[in-house]
Amino acid sequence: MLDLIWLLPTFPLLGFLSLVLTGGSLPKKIVAVIGAGSIGLSFLVAAIIAAQFLANGEAHFIKEVWVWMSVGSFSPGFTFYLDGLSLVMMLVITGIGFLIHLYSAGFMLDDPSYSRFFSYMNLFVASMLMLVLADNLVLLYLGWEGVGLCSYLLIGFWYENPANGYAARKAFVTTRVGDTSMAVGLFLLFAQLGTLNIQDMLHAAEAQWAIGSGLAVAASLLLLGGAVGKSAQLPLQTWLPDAMAGPTPISALIHAATMVTAGVYLIARTHVLFELAPNVQLLVAWIGLVTLLMAGFTAMTQHDIKRILAYSTVSQIGYMFLGLGVGAYSASIFHLMTHAFFKALLFLAAGTVILSLHHEHDIFRMGGKRKQLPVAFASFLIGSLALAAFPGTSGFFSKDEILLAALEMEGPGLILWIGGVIGAFFTGIYSFRLVFVVFFGESKAHHEDKEVAGFSMAGPLILLMILSVFGGLITIPVQEVFNHGDVHEEHHVSAFMHGIMIAVPLLGIGVSYLFYMSRALSIENLMASSMAKSLHKFWFSGWGMDRLYQILFVNPFLFLARVNRADLVDRFYELLVQLTRIAHKMVAQTQTGQLRWYALSIAAGLIVIVSLGVLL
Amino acid sequence: MQSIPIEHGLILAGILFSLGLIGVLTRRNVVFVLMSLEIMLNASGLAFIVAASRWGHAEGQIMFLMILTLAAAEVAVGLGLIIQMYRRFNTVDINVLSKMKG
Repeated sequence: MLDLIWLLPTFPLLGFLSLVLTGGSLPKKIVAVIGAGSIGLSFLVAAIIAAQFLANGEAHFIKEVWVWMSVGSFSPGFTFYLDGLSLVMMLVITGIGFLIHLYSAGFMLDDPSYSRFFSYMNLFVASMLMLVLADNLVLLYLGWEGVGLCSYLLIGFWYENPANGYAARKAFVTTRVGDTSMAVGLFLLFAQLGTLNIQDMLHAAEAQWAIGSGLAVAASLLLLGGAVGKSAQLPLQTWLPDAMAGPTPISALIHAATMVTAGVYLIARTHVLFELAPNVQLLVAWIGLVTLLMAGFTAMTQHDIKRILAYSTVSQIGYMFLGLGVGAYSASIFHLMTHAFFKALLFLAAGTVILSLHHEHDIFRMGGKRKQLPVAFASFLIGSLALAAFPGTSGFFSKDEILLAALEMEGPGLILWIGGVIGAFFTGIYSFRLVFVVFFGESKAHHEDKEVAGFSMAGPLILLMILSVFGGLITIPVQEVFNHGDVHEEHHVSAFMHGIMIAVPLLGIGVSYLFYMSRALSIENLMASSMAKSLHKFWFSGWGMDRLYQILFVNPFLFLARVNRADLVDRFYELLVQLTRIAHKMVAQTQTGQLRWYALSIAAGLIVIVSLGVLL
Repeated sequence: MQSIPIEHGLILAGILFSLGLIGVLTRRNVVFVLMSLEIMLNASGLAFIVAASRWGHAEGQIMFLMILTLAAAEVAVGLGLIIQMYRRFNTVDINVLSKMKG
């Protein structure tokens, strides 16, 4: 059965091909069956493979399908590598992917490009599976670029609006910065270690490089560049909030549950390299911490329901990076999984809210919707509890482990822990701000619509609710993968510290309650001073990062482009054009349209030719 | 019989051809242009006859018969075109026909 692992990306790929080759001529029912069915089949195969793999008890399983190319000693293949880490990723991708496909079948029903939507989605799942199952970095890179392409296509799915096209381009170009760094990293690894097979490469690196050696630092830094681009971490995080231009299921699948966590996967997969460069690993932790705090501040100021969720995603991936940085790989992957559950739930619920309220995105124009949208309300409540790490929910267990690992780290561990706890406080505020503003308070009367939720939309929501609550009880089989260097389960933390970690998110929820629910504290008073106003504006714009990049990169580039507009080479070619134009004008003037003139030219030409013949 | 020297015949043909060419180039009336073309055709015909009689061959006379036929056909078509032109533009001035101006 394990041999059938190649079926996993094949089903979605076949789905993509059949949808794209029929070009939208199939009826919507069949499109939905192909689109969601292919992922469903993949999930079934994944589940069977997972059961068998765990029953076998082997550390890993390799299946070579065929050799991709063979140049000298370099022969990357379509080879799949299954271990605890890729097992978790594959189950999350196919499982959550299937639920989101099912949801999309209802959500996108009125869209004229139904078939195009599902074909992109299937291609995405195929690429993502390729990414996590690849046994060499070349195949991983193929999947990595494949998901980037699908992300571009799906953000710009409603391309009739130019703004969506710009958002898609921004996402593509920004992640390309990271991808370039990653590609250079791959070249470096191959040049130095002679192989791109991940396991061989890691063993070779351990054997050849001393801890903290320059090459190890360079390689891990370059890979980190790819990871921060894909996972929307500082300094390449600006694309993710704009990526919300795509349809909401896309945000759930690509920009919350799977693709943006690819960077986390990459670092976890190559953690040996990062352990060889302790400073870079520490940098990972700091990037995570700063990103999670910045995104937390920004999330508290946003109005757009999807942008709030986008910033919360950036913030939660920051936690995962923090975990990776302090060496708590399994905790990070655990958080990746639970985050996939509750963030997919939140996004899908947001989709229901948006669809039911006729594409209203501004939370302050909603209000009091808990009776009107019961399923979305329940989803949001549970999702936000998990997001805020309410004790007992899935998010609590995973975030707890990351923070405990940070606390136990020597050196800057305490600072990282304090930062993480402050981040958790903000998480409580912004997640429940969303719940209180949208679902409580007085109803803004202009929406009197029923909740749009057929079986295909409500079903995934209910399943995800269950996963969000009980997902924390799942044990992920990744100990084998990270067996050396991973922080172990037994935490020696005082009850007082643990108490703080439990209390802080609740405190955040409480503050949110006082501001947005009981109105005991008033935003207006808080916002009265001019400093608060400018601070709000600063946070609202995402710490002015877009402006900064505009000044630092875009404007100089535009300036250079303008300066180079008439450089020497261009001048030369323009001269050619000018000469041709002048010659053309001269010749055109002989065409007078006068018959007698033509006859004269013929006669004159004849005379010239004859006299030439006579004279020479 | 005293035969006419070939030079005289060819010079006459040359003068006739030049007159015809000048007529084609200078005349604005299409009818006169057509007549000048006839003169040029006949000049070349004359050159054939003179050359044929000089070398005692029959081909030149056959060629002249062909030119005569051609000229008749040409006049028929040419006059038809001129009538069409007069109907459409109400003039026979060739300068009016300058649609091919580049």
